[in-house]
Amino acid sequence: MPLLSVENLVFAAGRRIILNNLNLQIFRGEIHSILGQNGTGKSTLAYVLMGLNGFRPTTGKIYFDGEEITGLPASDRAKRGITLAWQEPARFEGLTVAEYLKIAKKNGRNHMSANECLERVGLYPKKYLIRAVDETLSGGERKRIELASILAMQPRLAILDEPDSGIDAPSMDNIVQVIRKVAQMGGAVLLITHHERVAEIADRSSFLCGGKILKTGDPNEIARFFRLHCEECPHVNQPEMEIAENA
Amino acid sequence: MPDYSKEFEAIVDAYEKSGGDSRQLLDKSFASLIVSGNRVLASNSIPGVHIESETIPDGVRAKIIVDAGITVRFPVHLCFGVIPKDGIQKIESNYIIEENASVSFLAHCSFPNAIHVQHLMNAKIQIKKGASLKYSETHFHGADGGIEVLPKTVVSVEEDGYFRTDFKLVTGRVGKLDLDYIANLDNSAVCEMETKVYGKQDDFIRVKETINLNGRESRGIAKSRIVVSDSSTTEVLGEIVGTGAHSRGHVDCMEIIKGDKARASAVPKLMVVNETAKLTHEAAIGSVDKKQVETLVSRGLSENEATDVIVKGLLR
Repeated sequence: MPLLSVENLVFAAGRRIILNNLNLQIFRGEIHSILGQNGTGKSTLAYVLMGLNGFRPTTGKIYFDGEEITGLPASDRAKRGITLAWQEPARFEGLTVAEYLKIAKKNGRNHMSANECLERVGLYPKKYLIRAVDETLSGGERKRIELASILAMQPRLAILDEPDSGIDAPSMDNIVQVIRKVAQMGGAVLLITHHERVAEIADRSSFLCGGKILKTGDPNEIARFFRLHCEECPHVNQPEMEIAENA
Repeated sequence: MPDYSKEFEAIVDAYEKSGGDSRQLLDKSFASLIVSGNRVLASNSIPGVHIESETIPDGVRAKIIVDAGITVRFPVHLCFGVIPKDGIQKIESNYIIEENASVSFLAHCSFPNAIHVQHLMNAKIQIKKGASLKYSETHFHGADGGIEVLPKTVVSVEEDGYFRTDFKLVTGRVGKLDLDYIANLDNSAVCEMETKVYGKQDDFIRVKETINLNGRESRGIAKSRIVVSDSSTTEVLGEIVGTGAHSRGHVDCMEIIKGDKARASAVPKLMVVNETAKLTHEAAIGSVDKKQVETLVSRGLSENEATDVIVKGLLR
């Protein structure tokens, strides 16, 4: 049985359909990447799965560990072990990194110390635990703290929205290792990325276009399909019939 | 001579509750001043820090001088308070920080039982050339809200001088707060003002911070973080005037409203009278940031818990 099962999901913002009859399955311990151009609905899919306000599906169903969670708010989904790391994580004035990690750890399943979580994302605990999660952190530092927080929580499903954006090349190994660690600890990862090196670590990939999953399979195959059809895409997120058929 | 020992104990106890360390307050190696109502209960000068005080009707007049070139190792502790339910406390203070001196003050103001209490502070601060003053003021109020706090401070910061003030009133009811700070800066002087207040029930909060960047390359920031809940009201007026060449100023105001009866307003006023001066402002008023709440909710907190974490951080 899949850990996450999405069936015929439709999400519309006003009259504009963003997710269009989307189907997706993710299994325990799986790293599943989502590939797609800008504006295909990747982040929207992340928000709908997390159950954020304003992102309730128009139709369709979402099941988590066999239980329908379509109508559950984000807090209830988080209690079941689902979490989301934003592409641009929020900043918190006056909240230290130690406190931020403690919140995730308190409500999670992990026994890993805050020090270890930071070390795994390549940050020195002595330097960072006392820092505030605010504007004084660089974009890359903030992203890494977000991943440390995911580790601290040890979710059953981590939805990572471009965890690699803004990360410098030498730190990319840390990011890849953290994503693998989350899966090794028994959690599934839904990975939204443009970075092929990161996408390569997925067990399976899905290709999203125009709000639909057009193809799911081997990550290399999906990446090749993506390059072939989307690098010079004439359809602008409106998949024409021949692409859908090729998929 | 009257026995003020019980009053002394009460004010020291209130000092502790407002976050102060009474061991330091009573330690003779720390300069300190303890005022209850209109009585000076204790005053301790140390080498380089001279504290003079006298009783005036309904209050105390104090003069604190820090000698030139002195770096005061430990903060000067100030304790002001009114323990009874009723009373007026006027504090007229004059701080003179002589050239190249460096000192910090920890002031705790406690009004734990106030029903009809007024605390009027009229301060004049002179920071001489190259001197530095950090002034931290924390208030501890009771739950009744019968307190009016009306501090008015005028600061002059001479060339290369530094002034920082942190005003915090987040424990208990605010009552009525009308804070008015004015700083006048000479060449290369720096001023940082930060105010944090948490209003509840029908509290009224008015914060006016004015920085006059008179000197060349002077710099100033007026920062406020106000949270209003229930039917409390706040208005923040941040004003910076850039007169000095290459002066830089910034007004940073954030006001958070909890509940649909609270009211908040912000009026930043920037005036440039020198073409090389540059002033900026940012103001954010509204409910707690949605993305911040959702982030913490996705880590397992409820929306209320997430809001509390965000507000506490902001007012820390």
